[in-house]
Amino acid sequence: MQMDLRTVAIKPLRNTFDHVARRLGADKPASRYQEGTFDMQAAANFHYRPTWDPEHEIFDASRTAIKMADWYAFKDPRQFYYGTYTLARAKQQDTAEANFNFVETRGLAAMLNDEVKATSLKLLLPLRHVAWGGNLNNASMCAYGYGTAFTQPCIYHAMDHLGIAQYLTRVGLLLGSEEELDAAKDAWMTGDAWQGLRRYVEDSFVLKDPVELFVAQNVALDGLLYPLVYETIVDDVLSSEGGTAIALLTQFMTEWFGETRRWVDATLKTAAGESAENKALLEKWTTQWRDRAASALTPVAQIAVGGRADTVVAEQVEQFNTRLAKAGVTV
Amino acid sequence: MSNVFLALQANEETRAIIEAITEDNPHAVVHPSPAMVKIDAEGSLTVRRETIEALIGRSFDLQELHINLISLSGHIDETDDELTLHWNA
Repeated sequence: MQMDLRTVAIKPLRNTFDHVARRLGADKPASRYQEGTFDMQAAANFHYRPTWDPEHEIFDASRTAIKMADWYAFKDPRQFYYGTYTLARAKQQDTAEANFNFVETRGLAAMLNDEVKATSLKLLLPLRHVAWGGNLNNASMCAYGYGTAFTQPCIYHAMDHLGIAQYLTRVGLLLGSEEELDAAKDAWMTGDAWQGLRRYVEDSFVLKDPVELFVAQNVALDGLLYPLVYETIVDDVLSSEGGTAIALLTQFMTEWFGETRRWVDATLKTAAGESAENKALLEKWTTQWRDRAASALTPVAQIAVGGRADTVVAEQVEQFNTRLAKAGVTV
Repeated sequence: MSNVFLALQANEETRAIIEAITEDNPHAVVHPSPAMVKIDAEGSLTVRRETIEALIGRSFDLQELHINLISLSGHIDETDDELTLHWNA
């Protein structure tokens, strides 16, 4: 018997969903990110307005003063959808786990000199409350923002903040004990150095405009805090005093900031590029929250760099301004 | 001048690679077959890391290409940033 093998090319009738094809301009294969983002949020047929906010629809673009002709103009340069996001973070979690393991098994924590250890605990542990604030704020942006392109990365960002808070807790438990965590909570609630920052975080909780909240939290606060604490203080100042182990434990935060910055910048650029009104509004918010963040962070920087805090924070503000200028926001 | 070619499996990962190749090589001709895409180009064909990275939104190691590579023809010139196929005339 003879068998003939024949290839049959089956052409798919369509390459992607109609709503995605409309955005791509033609029926061509779309990436998973595009399929998992475009027009995912319901935009019509809301029967009732929420009883807790009868002024707005449940998803309502008018909750923010920023006006966009199309809220799907935003694009996450990392192209995170659920799958890629969890894969990327799982990989980083493995690295972080290995780093913690390395520090623990080699007894690196015991080799830190007391001064570096005390400074790290005093500086890093209260920051877990800041990270928790970041979690809450990003969840709020996701809940009240409009369009999956804008809200989806916010909820990932919220989870990231929660992860950072947990890493900081583990740093505390590795270098000290539960008492250190309690002391840090005390410092956060009553310590002079932290009250400015606590006020900032608590004030941001009551912001109603999701894009203003985005500026206050992701642009201004994180944009100054992460390079200041993790890049300047932990990686440079503490490392030069023998605290390299700390840098190993906070490696995720440094990497995370470098990665998420791309999304924050791209979002600002799209919003500011939309219209002169948007740009003016973003510039006003950024300037206002940047100045507050800078003054709130100065006493925190003093914990590690003492009298040099003003100069160190000023340097960060300068770099922050250059960064934002590239994103199209002049501050 | 003769053709060089690159044959890749057709899947989610190679879609962006193929898109990057057609962007960088306007003279390349794409032949989709079942489960495979063959890209022919006269003279030479270049795969650029940067173009692929811009499309997939993450860093890309050109070596990842080999996971989905079925076959190719031409002399290979490979750096960290580019892979070029060409015939030495």
